[in-house]
Amino acid sequence: MNFKSFSRTMKAAAAVWALCATSALADTTIEFIQWWEPEMPAGALRGIVDEFEAKNPGIKVKLVSGPYATTRDQIVVGAASGTLSDVVGLDGAWVNGLAKQGAIASLDELMTNANYDKSQIADIVKVDGKSYMFPVASFVYPVFVNLDLAKAAGVDKMPSNRTEFEEAAKKMTDASKNQYGWVLPLSLQSPSGIQNDVMSWVWASGGTMLKDGKPDLENDDVVGTLEYIQKLNKDGVISPGIFAKKEQDKVEEFVNGRVGMMVDTLAHVNLIRERNPNLNFGLSALPAKDGYEGKRGMPYASWGIGVSEGSAHKEEAWKLVEFLMSPEINGKLVSIANAFPGNVNAKPDFVAADPIFAEAFKIYQSGYPANEFVGLPVAEELMRDLNVEVQKMFDGAQSAKEAAANAEKAWNAKF
Amino acid sequence: MLMTRSAPAIAAAPIRTRRKASAGTKLLRKLTPYLYVSPATALLVLLMLFPMIMVVRYSLMDGAIMKRDAAFAGLSNYITIFENPVFWQSLWQTLYFTVMSVVFHLIIGLAFAILLNSNRIDPLLRSILRVLFILPWLFTAVIIAIIWRLLLDPNGVVNSVLMALHIIDFKVEWFSSTKTAIHALTFANIWAGYPLFMVSLLAGLQGISKELYEAAGIDGANEIQKFWYITIPQLMPIIISIALLDFIWTMQVFPLVWMTTGGGPIYSTEMLSTFTYKLAFAQYEFSLASASAIIILILSMSVTYFYIKHQQAR
Repeated sequence: MNFKSFSRTMKAAAAVWALCATSALADTTIEFIQWWEPEMPAGALRGIVDEFEAKNPGIKVKLVSGPYATTRDQIVVGAASGTLSDVVGLDGAWVNGLAKQGAIASLDELMTNANYDKSQIADIVKVDGKSYMFPVASFVYPVFVNLDLAKAAGVDKMPSNRTEFEEAAKKMTDASKNQYGWVLPLSLQSPSGIQNDVMSWVWASGGTMLKDGKPDLENDDVVGTLEYIQKLNKDGVISPGIFAKKEQDKVEEFVNGRVGMMVDTLAHVNLIRERNPNLNFGLSALPAKDGYEGKRGMPYASWGIGVSEGSAHKEEAWKLVEFLMSPEINGKLVSIANAFPGNVNAKPDFVAADPIFAEAFKIYQSGYPANEFVGLPVAEELMRDLNVEVQKMFDGAQSAKEAAANAEKAWNAKF
Repeated sequence: MLMTRSAPAIAAAPIRTRRKASAGTKLLRKLTPYLYVSPATALLVLLMLFPMIMVVRYSLMDGAIMKRDAAFAGLSNYITIFENPVFWQSLWQTLYFTVMSVVFHLIIGLAFAILLNSNRIDPLLRSILRVLFILPWLFTAVIIAIIWRLLLDPNGVVNSVLMALHIIDFKVEWFSSTKTAIHALTFANIWAGYPLFMVSLLAGLQGISKELYEAAGIDGANEIQKFWYITIPQLMPIIISIALLDFIWTMQVFPLVWMTTGGGPIYSTEMLSTFTYKLAFAQYEFSLASASAIIILILSMSVTYFYIKHQQAR
């Protein structure tokens, strides 16, 4: 190669580099913090985000992923230090605190600016009348029943009310074989058991723990539920080690065939199948109190999404939110995650293909999603307060009524 | 205007330059040690002093971080903390957990160090024991928590063994009972932490002159007397140093407590660390959490004071 051709090559290379550098500089990079990526198959979320980048040239998305608890801590710290990512994965329990802190932006203005049709959103989490979170994917919590264990114990139908559940749990319990009817995780480290495994019984019977937005734990629905759970405990049908048990322990015991029934998220269906392919299990709606004929509330947890108030790229952040909430992409995302869609027009493909999900969808459609902790201030701490009182009740230190009264007192101080 | 210098002034100029140069050199020589320590000092200020000052500031504010217009609140956060009965329960439990851990770390560490230092054990067996005894130290807190949660599960190995040996006749809920949780947790921490003592004391034992034991033997001292009057005094500086450090570290243990019991059941294993964490990350009460953190800092510093005193005395 002579000097001239070398020089030409170098100039061409410089031009290409400059072009690339210019376009790279023109790109806006937004951060998206969430805990979803590790919970989805490898590369699934990145694939969806790549699709977004292809449709929105000039916007790059950096995924900041971690486990749920780590992400929550990162979001709290980011909100405090003003370094929160542009798009934020949210749990309904965090929304109130983050909104009041001014860390997440109201979505109302962004929706108005984009002429967004909010009627397509299944649920919008609001604080003081302002919209802060869209649930992208919702995981409902039905009752999982080990069908083989139930059959062997002589339980021939899914329990639909509390008496039937208690009877079934008693039949399935055989302490000499380390086999129990039900499992209840009440570890204080992660007090979500109060929401998913305790208060879900209240919502399933159309009850509530709030009155005019204020704590109302002393009502008959809540006290009745606590008394019922206490009775199950005294019957010895709950797997031992309740106070140190976490959600993953609950699933583990069910997978290993040590418990007959558990209240759990649909998100764990694939995990259960992977861990024990031979486990024959079915789903049922959470039993309501005897004689209740109304619609049943079904607890749910969501992968929510919001935008950081401090984001310098709110417009781009909103585009990503809009993209993930669009019928096609939302349907695709929830199909991968085995969740129910946040967009009412999205059609997940797993419902028709899998009998377990078909059953879950039927249960979901016959009831309504219920989670009164969503949007409450310091929701996790409220669960922990009630958890402590339920533990005291199980320990024999107080009655169900006293537990409810003490928890309500603690809650009132935080509202 | 043309400036001229007189002859004496020209003659004096190099002397002044020399004087100036020597003053500069002097100054540089004086500054050199400070320049050497300045990177470390800057790092210390940035990574330790600055955050500490920030936490002190937060502890004196009302609603730090969460409120944009957080105001000065004096000592009210400290008063709120002191009025909280869970804080006092956490404090006593932390002290119990720490003291028991340090004492048993010392006893077990010393026993194993003596065993590994003994010539009466086959060298191969000694090597195997050395690896086995040090294993708990190699595990992270997460692994330790998982191991002990599995072992102490009501359906776990410990209950099975104890029931097989007829020591217990029912399944003890070790981490799930208010009566046993703190002891189970302390036991797990003792298991996890003794190798630090073992390794340090083994090094100390190997440094004790054999002549001391020989002289004591000639004087008619038995093994117990040799242990009390030679081994222990010779190891005392190491014991004090490691015990003080262990006290400070154990007092701040968080992951093991959090991952086994989360401070429960009820508040029976609540430690100052979990109490503070919950204030910050569950209640978002950063001012109260800062006040609690400062109290822990003061407690740790009081022990650190003794450690520094001891180091200076040596």
